Amino acid sequence: MLWYTGKRILQMIPVFFGATFLIYFMVFSLPGDPIAALFGDRPPAPSVIAQIRAEYNLDKPFIVQYFLYIGGLFQGDLGTTYSGRPVADVMASAFPITARLALLALVFEAFAGVLVGLIAGLRKGKWFDATALVVSLLLISVPTFVVGFVLQYVFGIQLGWFRPTVSGDAPWGELVLPAIVLASVSFAYIVRLTRASVADNLNADFVRTATAKGLSRRRVVTVHVLRNSLVPVVTYLGVDLGALMVGAIVTEGIFNINGVGGTVYRAVTLGEGPTVVSFIAVMVIIFVVANLLVDLLYAALDPRIRYAK
Amino acid sequence: MSLPVTDAATSRYDSSHEPLLQIRDLEVGFQTQRGLVPAVRGVDLTLYAGQTLAIVGESGSGKSTTAQSIIDLLPGTGKVTAGQILFEGRDLTTLSAREIQEVRGNLIGYVPQDPMSNLNPVWSIGFQVEEAIKANNIAQGKEARLRTIQVLQEAGLSDAGDRLKQFPHQFSGGMRQRVLIGIGLSSRPKLLIADEPTSALDVTVQRQILDHLGTLTRDYGTSVLFITHDLGLAAERAEQLVVMYKGKVVESGPSQQILANPQHPYTQRLVAAAPSLASRRIQAVKTHDSVEGEIFAQGAIDNTLLERAAERENAAPAKDLISVRNVSKVYRIRKQGFRTDELKAVNDVSFSVQKGTTTALVGESGSGKSTVAKLLLKLESITSGDIEFDGHDVSALKGAELLKFRRRVQPVFQDPYGSLDPQYSVGNTIAEPLLAHKVGTARERQMRVLELLDQVSLPASTRYRYPSELSGGQRQRIAIARALALKPDVLVLDEAVSALDVLVQGQILNLLTELQTELGLTYLFITHDLAVVRLVADNVCVMRKGQIIESATTDEVFDNPRETYTQDLLAAIPGGNFEFGR
Amino acid sequence: MQNKNYTPQGHYVAPLEETPVAAIDKLDESQKARSTWADAWDAMRRRPTFWISAVLILLIVVVAVFPALFTSVSPDKNCLLANSNGGSEAGHPLGFTRQGCDVYARLIFGTQASVTVGLLATLLVTLVGIVIGALAGYYGGILDTLVSRLGDIFFAIPTVLGAIVLMSVLPNRTPITVALVLSIFAWPQIARIMRGAVLSAKNSDYVMASIALGVSRFKILVRHVVPNAIAPVIVIATVSLGTFIVAESTLSFLGIGLPPSVMSWGNDIGQARTSIRTSPQTLLYPAAALSITVLSFLMLGDVVRDALDPKARARR
Repeated sequence: MLWYTGKRILQMIPVFFGATFLIYFMVFSLPGDPIAALFGDRPPAPSVIAQIRAEYNLDKPFIVQYFLYIGGLFQGDLGTTYSGRPVADVMASAFPITARLALLALVFEAFAGVLVGLIAGLRKGKWFDATALVVSLLLISVPTFVVGFVLQYVFGIQLGWFRPTVSGDAPWGELVLPAIVLASVSFAYIVRLTRASVADNLNADFVRTATAKGLSRRRVVTVHVLRNSLVPVVTYLGVDLGALMVGAIVTEGIFNINGVGGTVYRAVTLGEGPTVVSFIAVMVIIFVVANLLVDLLYAALDPRIRYAK
Repeated sequence: MSLPVTDAATSRYDSSHEPLLQIRDLEVGFQTQRGLVPAVRGVDLTLYAGQTLAIVGESGSGKSTTAQSIIDLLPGTGKVTAGQILFEGRDLTTLSAREIQEVRGNLIGYVPQDPMSNLNPVWSIGFQVEEAIKANNIAQGKEARLRTIQVLQEAGLSDAGDRLKQFPHQFSGGMRQRVLIGIGLSSRPKLLIADEPTSALDVTVQRQILDHLGTLTRDYGTSVLFITHDLGLAAERAEQLVVMYKGKVVESGPSQQILANPQHPYTQRLVAAAPSLASRRIQAVKTHDSVEGEIFAQGAIDNTLLERAAERENAAPAKDLISVRNVSKVYRIRKQGFRTDELKAVNDVSFSVQKGTTTALVGESGSGKSTVAKLLLKLESITSGDIEFDGHDVSALKGAELLKFRRRVQPVFQDPYGSLDPQYSVGNTIAEPLLAHKVGTARERQMRVLELLDQVSLPASTRYRYPSELSGGQRQRIAIARALALKPDVLVLDEAVSALDVLVQGQILNLLTELQTELGLTYLFITHDLAVVRLVADNVCVMRKGQIIESATTDEVFDNPRETYTQDLLAAIPGGNFEFGR
Repeated sequence: MQNKNYTPQGHYVAPLEETPVAAIDKLDESQKARSTWADAWDAMRRRPTFWISAVLILLIVVVAVFPALFTSVSPDKNCLLANSNGGSEAGHPLGFTRQGCDVYARLIFGTQASVTVGLLATLLVTLVGIVIGALAGYYGGILDTLVSRLGDIFFAIPTVLGAIVLMSVLPNRTPITVALVLSIFAWPQIARIMRGAVLSAKNSDYVMASIALGVSRFKILVRHVVPNAIAPVIVIATVSLGTFIVAESTLSFLGIGLPPSVMSWGNDIGQARTSIRTSPQTLLYPAAALSITVLSFLMLGDVVRDALDPKARARR
């Protein structure tokens, strides 16, 4: 396991540099003036331009720009927002809110998704399974922002069960509805994945052997079928984090949450390019690190990975 | 007719008692889109306490389905549709899910077929054994752990205590099978169902494990229901035989009686096809009209083909066509960290093959026999030594020379399901080599495909079919036809009949012998199965751990094996001591 | 049993007429010959889901190509503010947007942009993914290492997240640029799947046999390896067409997808958000159109996967 962890961390390093370089490259090496592109239709004041030029070292060669940026990252300098606040400061206040939202969403999609998927897989072809399949297909095909608007309208405005927008410090209770919106698509994917995996494992030889040993049906299902079906679900969670980040931008925008996603949402809609770039670079770094954790979790769940060379 | 009395054949039961297991008129069907497909059609069998009964049949005969239906392990849509399964007088088919769960493991143990897929890869070995012990209330808590070690030690894993925390993928196939046997016997059941428990293992391992299983069940007084495709194995291990064919019992009774005097035509066929040490090399009886003649008549498809045919006729009979001299093959294996290990898959191997003869390379898994085949086919590069084919150094061949070599030496691989491209029709598969070497026009190639199909005794309409519609034996014929398309001199047959049912195997071996006589082919026959070797080979090389430890003519090796390993191999052939009534 | 006159454990021989012994391994010529693709087609056309999704997709494509066939009302001219957020009335079955434009007409004319982005991105990603994945998996070595590491880097940037960055700095945005930007971040997924499938096909015995027959390496790749590795890619491509359409709508909703001058469902949904309380139809209708389109491709993907899945095939 130690060897595996070390190997994964080593593999992460080039990905980290590659991904940040890629973002940097795309933004600052596009033909034309990057400043103009960053600010779109609303050219900023000359003082802002000068500040941005200094901030991003635009007068230096591109590769130097990149390394100065990376050097800053390691010293905790994540960039500056449009209004001049350090990104790190905004992160410090916004990140806990988004972490809470993401945690709620993850717990919901993982537990509910696995549970519904398990029942559907065990009753393949029955009405529960058919309903679960149809509902999951519908959830995947409706964009998150539509689900957000509709739930906000129905539960927040019409029924008044939840606050339609979340207050500044975003208490757990107010985050429930946004978390459900955020989790909806991933929930559907997890249902489908668990269902397929459970149905597959039910036909596995080792499940038949477990039954032949005299184990109860409940034990066969939980210890052998469900346990093995969790492995692909965990791998999926790694990929899914990316979708959750995009979802967070949309959801926090709709519910007016002061998290990372909400900040990016406002920056995007207001055309504040530098803020968008800085924040998304940080999000990509979080994504890379989170995927490392998911890989380690995956290895913890599957001994074949753990002991692989 | 000599019938040696084996241990298993001595009666240890009293048939005046009630039978332990009695299956009556059992019918099992599988629900499919096209309705209920019957798999077992009215099976009867009776098993007394302490007895071993074997169900013998080829794939699809319903033997495993019968066994699985006893403790309700039928896969998917399988269902018992009629009949009774009486275990100690209780009809198991009428039990509730709860009641049958009490019977499983506790009263009836089960040892499955494939050790690779029957242990859960994510749980440790100790966990999986202990789980069975706890579920059947044999022991709980700390005692369960001790019992687990004991069970595994009894099953033949002496270092069980240290290995409880290891996972299935860290165990070899043989060891996993021992674990499964340990699980099956952990609660001292009255009946053990062993569904082809060793068919995935090497013969010597198979023998050790079956001996051990025999000792254990005799000690515990356990009855065994033994499922196998191997008549020799069944006869050696069971006193009662049930022969199944297409879901029905065609013959049942005491093993020795059935072997000595098979009554049903199907059983007679099985007995006749069972290879044993007493068999002799198949001689081709049938001679077709000269196929080479036909080629001449067809007009010159290809001049070199004709030249080669002529060459073949004029060649001196005792010339070495292939000589392998001091060949080694080393693989580098990456270990954890940055170390690499060297694996000598083939170590200083030398042998030669004469034109028109069959040389068998025999060995167990990991002996390096298949690597030799790949080296000869130039599918892998030689680390040291050289292989000469008809005077040419194989490793030096390039470009046009290599192409020429390829058309003269053709392979037929083991797995008939993997060696044909599922997307290609049979006609295209057989025509592929002709196309690759640009032989003939489209029409001529078409004619050649028909001719080849005829040579392997398949109807012309087969060319429109796809591999998924064919049986294993039929696919192997297609593979042979494809290999013959370019009129090669040598066929390298890598376990070419190992995956086939015994009757089909016999048929393919006959076909190969006929083709050898007709076309003057030279065979390199790679196999783990010594019994088959006796039927087809002129010379035998026995391989172990990358080296050839014994090589001589087939008769010499079988009659006077010099090495202990060869003797062990010969002794491990199931049913080797029987002389079948034929 | 009674009728069989059964004696336990005696030497029993079944009557021959009950189980006549067939010729060994005889080919059953009564069955029709069929290829794996014909087999898959057979399995698909038996599923109602296949026909529902196929008809819907056909309809959507026709609407996208010939929008004028379905409405005579202009989607962006003659919009009267007097009609702002108006309900349905004769000639305008789905009511009006905030700008007073006909919702139905906008829905019809918005199809083209959404479908173009989805189709184009899928084509690009599939083509690039197949070629790169196949070459890397088949030839291995340094090429494989390079491509795999490069894929890892792109994979570390979630598709829509990367698209948000790139789109927010791109000067001119059209359906083609949106499709291009989405493809840049999405190709590694297909390449990975293709590479895996090629690796397993490459090690099969039929490839070994073809090498020994003297077929050239490249021909083996084209004739044997790719056709046998393509099935999982087809499934993913079908499904990703739907997800690209969702991605485009998300970008448009954020205001960085298609510019407001291009009619698209995403833009209309984004613009309708302010009026959801007073006139939900302006949001719900384009959302429904989008969801039905995505759903059609998802359902088709499901049917195709079932039809091509070897495990499911074995059960038929």
